[in-house]
Amino acid sequence: MSVLSTVATITASHTGRAEPLTTVRHQHLDEQPFVLVPLTLAGEACAPLAALAGTDPERPMLLTVRQPRNRAERFRFAERLATLLLAYIDGCRTETEPYTVGRGKEKEERLRFQRAPQLLVPNGEGIAYVRLLGRLTRLRATEGPYAVDPSVPALGKWLTWFADLAEFPNSGALLAMTRLLAANWATGQSSSEDSHLASLFAWIDPPEDSDGARAAREAEDPAVWPPAGPSTDPVFDRTLHALMTRYDDASDDRGREAVGRQIDHELSGQMLPTWRLMWRGVELLRELPEGAHVPGRWDLDRRWFSEYVEYLDADGRPQARRDQAVRAARRLARLEDAVTRFEAERAFDDPLVMAEYELTGEAFTGTVTARDEDRFIPGDRPGSQVWRPTIVLRTDTRVGLAVGTEVKSPARPGQEARILEVRQEDGAGHTVVLQLKGGFARKRTPPAPPGTLAETGEELTYTTLNPTAMPSVLPDEENTPWTHGGPPQPYEPTDEDAEETWE
Amino acid sequence: MPSQQSEHPDDRLARLRGPQPPQPYTARKITALTANPACARRAVLDAAGVDKALLAQQVGYEPRFGQSPFALAREQAFHSLVKWGSYAELIRLLREQLSVPVAEAHVTDLNEVGGNTALHLRERETRRLIAHVASGQDIRLILDRPVLTLQVAGRTAYLEPDALTHRIEGKFHVVLIRSFAAIDGQANPTAVAEAAKQAAVYVLALHRAFETASLPTEQISHEFLLVCPKDFSNRPYGRLIDLRQELDALQFQLSRLRRAEDLAAQLPGTATLDTARSAGELSSSIEALDASYTPSCLSFCEMARYCRDEADGCASPARLGSGVRNDLPGIDSTRTALDYLDGVAAPGEAEAEAVDLLRAAARLRRLRRRAA
Repeated sequence: MSVLSTVATITASHTGRAEPLTTVRHQHLDEQPFVLVPLTLAGEACAPLAALAGTDPERPMLLTVRQPRNRAERFRFAERLATLLLAYIDGCRTETEPYTVGRGKEKEERLRFQRAPQLLVPNGEGIAYVRLLGRLTRLRATEGPYAVDPSVPALGKWLTWFADLAEFPNSGALLAMTRLLAANWATGQSSSEDSHLASLFAWIDPPEDSDGARAAREAEDPAVWPPAGPSTDPVFDRTLHALMTRYDDASDDRGREAVGRQIDHELSGQMLPTWRLMWRGVELLRELPEGAHVPGRWDLDRRWFSEYVEYLDADGRPQARRDQAVRAARRLARLEDAVTRFEAERAFDDPLVMAEYELTGEAFTGTVTARDEDRFIPGDRPGSQVWRPTIVLRTDTRVGLAVGTEVKSPARPGQEARILEVRQEDGAGHTVVLQLKGGFARKRTPPAPPGTLAETGEELTYTTLNPTAMPSVLPDEENTPWTHGGPPQPYEPTDEDAEETWE
Repeated sequence: MPSQQSEHPDDRLARLRGPQPPQPYTARKITALTANPACARRAVLDAAGVDKALLAQQVGYEPRFGQSPFALAREQAFHSLVKWGSYAELIRLLREQLSVPVAEAHVTDLNEVGGNTALHLRERETRRLIAHVASGQDIRLILDRPVLTLQVAGRTAYLEPDALTHRIEGKFHVVLIRSFAAIDGQANPTAVAEAAKQAAVYVLALHRAFETASLPTEQISHEFLLVCPKDFSNRPYGRLIDLRQELDALQFQLSRLRRAEDLAAQLPGTATLDTARSAGELSSSIEALDASYTPSCLSFCEMARYCRDEADGCASPARLGSGVRNDLPGIDSTRTALDYLDGVAAPGEAEAEAVDLLRAAARLRRLRRRAA
């Protein structure tokens, strides 16, 4: 939480309306996302109870489990969800396009699909549910004593793929609506209250005759706004418990079916308000313009999707119960790089996010007061001269960066800049002299082509953040040294994995 | 008033509660107190044994807590599974985790003593058995649902750990049975932390029992055995968990809790927390006790929504979470903070630095939003 968001939060708490935290949307929002609103049975570890799912806001598909303690029914639920989700994923296996990976000698041409699946769930617990359901289903055996339909482990592998990507901030494969909204708006309530979808919405999109604070309180009433799941409301559970008892005790099939339909109806009623909020959220987020780096990140998602499709076609073994040490270390390194890069990209795309770094002294904004276009300095080779123009920036705020620091500007991200001098002026402001290198369209001598060198009077932001910083380098998996256990072996599912006792 | 000063603190707390029977002090309540030790309101309500759910309802805030019948059934089923077949599963786990010799399998069920379930009888029997086992005169592998006591803010809390195992390799261990799952060896960290805090309460109570009986407390392990269902099945799975940190924290909080008596003594003589009285009387007594509301209260305290409205009324920064509170040091209302931002009021010297930063942030927000 930054001081900027504190200002936004206290402002919102007094105006009764959410305050924007961003000027653009930093996550890809697909034209056709797959929305999943799940419910689980209380007290059990991931016993699916019901779900509304699909890509059409007007036609949610209702999946219910009328007796969740019955193992067969649970896996029938997984089968039905698999039918929907796997068809959606298959629909993303469209035409491919080429892209290049690596640089120099390592450069390689590959293909990726032009689409990738995007799964939206209401909240963080929804992501945890996807992970658990993936774990529950991906290790099931398709033959033997507890055999399930082959679509069930296939669903499990994909759900695990989604859940694994959800940890990466630069991926849009699996997103939680509460997190998406809270990243773009500050409400006048605490972040734990923001994890309640209906109450978060009340601040962002309050009803006409109310304000955020009041509407948020009303949204907390589970009788009006059932919880967004996957946990259910304990009071609703009493109704459900009574119905399920009647379902079990029904004397004939007709009677059981009648109670079953009633169960379906009740469960649907618990999920429909959340389903509608999900799509309202999609609408609200679509109204925000997309950040400049967002398409690039979606390219990455499409690449990951294509790679996983390829892996499943070639090998298809499920993800391990737990990562081995080498895999875990690699994943952690990738995650750290992803976080750094995402933070930098966000700041480059969004002046309101950049403002957070200005406040902490990691960035500054000023007006160009002078420029020296014809500046040359001695190069590395004796007697050589290299072209290094300078610009002078005047800021009215404090500059916390030291001389010698390498900085970049979102206005010309390809141009390297180095702080040569920082002078304290009378009053609060500073004057900064920056030496520039590159970004002049391959010209080694002046004049700089128009637009490549800042004009006097131009307002510019410079920061130490760098979205193109090289990621940390770890050896390839197959080159893992013996000191680290050698190349990790692929996970081989055991009979024990598939043989969990069911009560 | 001299009469009030000489009053025994216990009497004062009992008088506040009125004729209603006192709510027992449970391990859960004690750990909740340690979650927000600065809250005088909760300290007094719990020390006086007031039914907080009923009190909240009386002042117009029906608490939105409750357990699902499904969760309850699951919990009961798991408990009976662990103890099924003469505690076969529990003994298996004890062997796996604590290398219990095969010969030892004596179990004493302390849910009742000779058909009597009265707490004080069970407590006396527990003490007797512990003394026998600790001094080596007797062997018991498991004491099922023993009863221990702990003095909390001058009142005796009766506590019932799920089980206690006798000294294995010279140590006594507390056992807790929980129905949240451990999937691939990992359970929900919040649930585990909560269980550990409660286990610390039991271990501390066990310490007291040993001290009272002049037994060596070195026999008590600072680890407890947590039993939960494995993966998606019902098969019990157990792990030993270290409690030293929780024990230190708990001892510190309990020593501070004695203040509940002093806090109650400062209330006006007419104050009442008797849930049969009118909402107006109750509210004014509640208001006389300082609450320390934070958003986390909503997850465990029955009075939280009452306190939240109160915090909203005085625009307390803490109601927006610790991030906001930390950014407004020394500023006790978000209204004041906004006045400083708008230049309507000038901050004092102590607040100046924080306000400068806030003003810079507000200015940047304005400028950059306009630029976009």
